[in-house]
Amino acid sequence: MPDKEQALAAAARTAKNMRRAIIRMTHLAQGGHPGGCLSATDLLAALYEGFMRVDPRDPRRSDRDFFFLSKGHAAPALYAVLMEKGFLNPWEITDFRAKTGRLPAYPSCELTPGVDIASGSLGQGLSVANGAALAARLNGTDQRAYVMLGDGELHEGQVWEAMMTAAHFRLANVCAIVDYNKLQLDGPVDEVKTLGDLRGKWDRFGWHVLEINGHDLSAIYDAFAAARDWQEGPSVLIAHTVKGKGISFMEDEVGWHAAAPSDEEYAAAMKELS
Amino acid sequence: MDVKIAPREAYGRALVELGRENEDIVVLDADVAKASMTVLFKEAFPDRFFDLGIAESDIMATGAGFAVAGKIPFVNAYANFLLGNGWEQLRLSICYAGQNVKVVGHNIGASSAKDGPTHLPLEDIALARVIPGLTVLEPADAIEMKKAVRAVAAHAGPVYMRVGRMPTPLVTREDDPFVLGRANILRPGRDVTIVACGCMAAKALSAAAELAARGLEAEVVNLHTIKPLDEETLLASARKTRAVVTAEEHSTRAGMGSAVAEFLAGRCPVPVRMVGSRDIFGICASYEDIQEFFGMTAAKIVEEAEKACSMRDI
Repeated sequence: MPDKEQALAAAARTAKNMRRAIIRMTHLAQGGHPGGCLSATDLLAALYEGFMRVDPRDPRRSDRDFFFLSKGHAAPALYAVLMEKGFLNPWEITDFRAKTGRLPAYPSCELTPGVDIASGSLGQGLSVANGAALAARLNGTDQRAYVMLGDGELHEGQVWEAMMTAAHFRLANVCAIVDYNKLQLDGPVDEVKTLGDLRGKWDRFGWHVLEINGHDLSAIYDAFAAARDWQEGPSVLIAHTVKGKGISFMEDEVGWHAAAPSDEEYAAAMKELS
Repeated sequence: MDVKIAPREAYGRALVELGRENEDIVVLDADVAKASMTVLFKEAFPDRFFDLGIAESDIMATGAGFAVAGKIPFVNAYANFLLGNGWEQLRLSICYAGQNVKVVGHNIGASSAKDGPTHLPLEDIALARVIPGLTVLEPADAIEMKKAVRAVAAHAGPVYMRVGRMPTPLVTREDDPFVLGRANILRPGRDVTIVACGCMAAKALSAAAELAARGLEAEVVNLHTIKPLDEETLLASARKTRAVVTAEEHSTRAGMGSAVAEFLAGRCPVPVRMVGSRDIFGICASYEDIQEFFGMTAAKIVEEAEKACSMRDI
């Protein structure tokens, strides 16, 4: 694994390229969820550049780390980081949500190299991560299972079942990431159904909680490192993020949860990312 | 048919045998290990047994995670809670994701008896068989269960298996072949076909004996694999007898009988009469009384067989 300085330099480049790919994919497909992709971008960039042990030449290598995108609507962000890491070809951006190709609207592990589980129905990813982590423990490997959850996704009861499972089995090789951008499809999370004391809830469920700014690459790196070094049980990064981060007119706008940029908006966004 | 053994006992023992041979076998249970008999596996291989508590959605997707990491998980709970609470997880994280997970439903049909309607899974075959890529089966007796566990583990892909709780007469023999997707004919006949699964296979044989006394030779098909259907065997039998009865410990809406009828309607449209629960919840009663209430009896199979024959003859 690279050291922190190398990882941060790579993550900054990767995050910028990811944002451009996300805007291009959602514009070309005239669909998708750009807001929640852009909020997750820096987290994914830091994770893949600093911590994920994966091999694009052998995506199913038996000693790989696992990443599960439980908030499946952020598929373009996942595809973008997989392009950066060599699992997918850059020209495949035209295939997002297309009839053919390998980039369906929501992740499919059968279609896309580097994707380990299908998602799109919210609430399931943490359970999947626990299963992979328990298997790794059984095999005596040091593999880690990362899972990214949306904030609105935490309304799903299964997440809380899985939180108990990870804590009960003291799964130190599980690291959850909450992309806490405070907005969901119908409006602000606090108005739809508040998450209340989110840090306290994870803490009381037996998790090691790391609360960070989800756009500060250095802070993200340090949190992943602290999670990796924590041996007592599972860790969660509660990452405060901004929906639409990086594109001025998309930031903190609920309308960009699920909306495609027009030609004009595309041009303006790409200019900001140049 | 005098000896009765609970399929779940055979299931629990077969899992232990399998666990001994293959260290990738892991068993997950949702706080019903004594009922599912996975407690035997727990005692033999405590490291490979995981009780996830009363959390059927969680256990289903956790099974998917084990499979992602190369294990062969058997996921156990009561059939209605597992397929009900875990259906979306079964659909997405297991079947759409193509994961090699073995989902096992317990306390099926009328077997929870006096626990009543909340605990009688009569819809789980329906919930399972609409999902693409999922193999669905219900072995007929303890001997077949033992073979089924091996076949299920050897099959690469998701499976849903129903496991009987009640002691059930032995209708198959140790040397009978067992191949997923290939039905076994328990008794040949030319006048009417009885297609049965699970504990209803024994009742179908009793019904066939009664029908023989009334001058009708029934062919009894043990349809242990409900999906994929053994179309060849069903077609050959239906073409020969031109009258079909199905018998299952499940609703006749969207269950095994419906699968048979859907197929025959397009290939060999003969009368298909179904034995199973109608569109109705159960009651709290003894196992025998509930089977009577639902008409899951040999007498009902006889009645429906005669009806099917009379419809054919019109």
